[in-house]
Amino acid sequence: MARWIKWVVGVLCVAVLIGAIYFPILRRRLRLAAKLQQQTAEQARRELTQAVPINPGEPRVKAKLFWASGNSDGALVDSTVELPLSGDPVLRSKQVLNTLLAGPVDADLRTLPPDAVLLAFYLLPDGTAIADFSEALATATPSGIQSEQLAVDSITRTLEANVPKVQRLKILIHGQEVETLAGHLDLTGIFLVNTKGTLVAPGAAGSVVPPATPPSADKSTVPATGKPATAAAPTAKPGSPKGA
Amino acid sequence: MLLDVGNIGRMNGRAWVQNSSRIGALFFLLVFGVGALSYSSQSPSPAAQAGPGAQSAVPQALPTTPATTTTQGLPQTIPPAMPRAGLNVVVLDPAHGGTDLGARGTGGIRESEIVLDFAAQVRRALETQGFQVVQTRQGNQDPSFDDRSAIANAQSGAVFVTLHIASTGLPGTARVYVNSDLPATTNVNGLISWDRAQTPFQGLSRKLGDLVQGLLAQRFKGSPSTAQTAAVRQLRTTAAPAIAVEISSVVVEDRADLDRMAPGVADAIASGVAAFRPSYVLPTTTGGTP
Repeated sequence: MARWIKWVVGVLCVAVLIGAIYFPILRRRLRLAAKLQQQTAEQARRELTQAVPINPGEPRVKAKLFWASGNSDGALVDSTVELPLSGDPVLRSKQVLNTLLAGPVDADLRTLPPDAVLLAFYLLPDGTAIADFSEALATATPSGIQSEQLAVDSITRTLEANVPKVQRLKILIHGQEVETLAGHLDLTGIFLVNTKGTLVAPGAAGSVVPPATPPSADKSTVPATGKPATAAAPTAKPGSPKGA
Repeated sequence: MLLDVGNIGRMNGRAWVQNSSRIGALFFLLVFGVGALSYSSQSPSPAAQAGPGAQSAVPQALPTTPATTTTQGLPQTIPPAMPRAGLNVVVLDPAHGGTDLGARGTGGIRESEIVLDFAAQVRRALETQGFQVVQTRQGNQDPSFDDRSAIANAQSGAVFVTLHIASTGLPGTARVYVNSDLPATTNVNGLISWDRAQTPFQGLSRKLGDLVQGLLAQRFKGSPSTAQTAAVRQLRTTAAPAIAVEISSVVVEDRADLDRMAPGVADAIASGVAAFRPSYVLPTTTGGTP
């Protein structure tokens, strides 16, 4: 065998040996980097979605929260919980929605998935609120007209009972408008929360559109005694439907 | 002679090459010719493409509707049904399909599959009552909400029934939903807005929904006696009396429990639509509830 071939083989063997030693170290470092990145993302998410702290100094008031009746009939019942709620409507909305998301003592009465998080909440001067939920609300809510309606109803009725300034509600998922909650319920419109307000269609260039039903009609069917709830009516949505 | 077949044994190398190339050319021409003939005989004529089976596949949008009338990316040119007086057509919509499985039970029950079986039974019951039935999907396709609505909107004298299986609810019950009241709209040119195509039909939808729900309540104990209201996306863009029927639920351990409900559901829907027929009067397109 020529001398240079021996040298080449020798160098190659050394390279393979070094690679074999270094490969596990490199793999360990990559894993560590990925873990750190994941932790950072999780930390950022937690900071972003940190629940609004309830200040014990605030006056304790009786908050009314709407969870499932437990009769498999698609009805909601109200539960009264004493909470130190803020006087500010945005903070107050966040507090009651976070309590709603935390769920009742009996997990079977939940109306919203446990992983769902309220990412942001805004209130416009005209009483239109925008609630931005995490994707879990869409992906973990059981698919079906009844279950999706129950989820939205529990949100709108809880807001109506505790934050009078909220008159309408637009639900976003992770900052985006979505066509349906989990395949059935229309989220392109705005849900009427307080029926005493005037229904304004955002797509109507500021024009005021009267409610399609008498103001008292809808709520007369949804007393806080656990009778079946009817969905609040979404108004016209801005723009044309997706795929149209 | 083109091929010196008789002297194959005596051929030298050059002759082999010449003969082989001639044989190859002949073989290629033969295959090409047969292929061309078979292709021309299989190509359908435009008349064949517009056969009765195609009618249930896809719609042609009315002038007031978007032009997105495609299924699986293929544009269709199916003419709408000829206008006839009164209620003649029922558009049946087995919800979901394709990659959208809908509600799923722990026992492997899939909403998209069950509603297709339900639709077959409802179709038979409706045809027995003398209705023409158009389905939004026959197999495992997943048309968009707008494509499904467009099928109904292309029909004259039609009602729309979308079939669902719930994730929740008392097993063995059935609920009918009509769309939440949408604000009435008026349009200067008398056209219906696609976004709120259901608006002029809300009164008729309520009537149809109550009829079907009443019949379902007789067959399935625990079901409500009147139709429920919900913001069902599928119904909003449908310009016809439209209801959603949701059966509870995929949580049953045995799929046979749901299958047993199918004849009752089919009969209730067919009888309800038949009872609704005299009430069917086309609303004006200037908005409001008829």
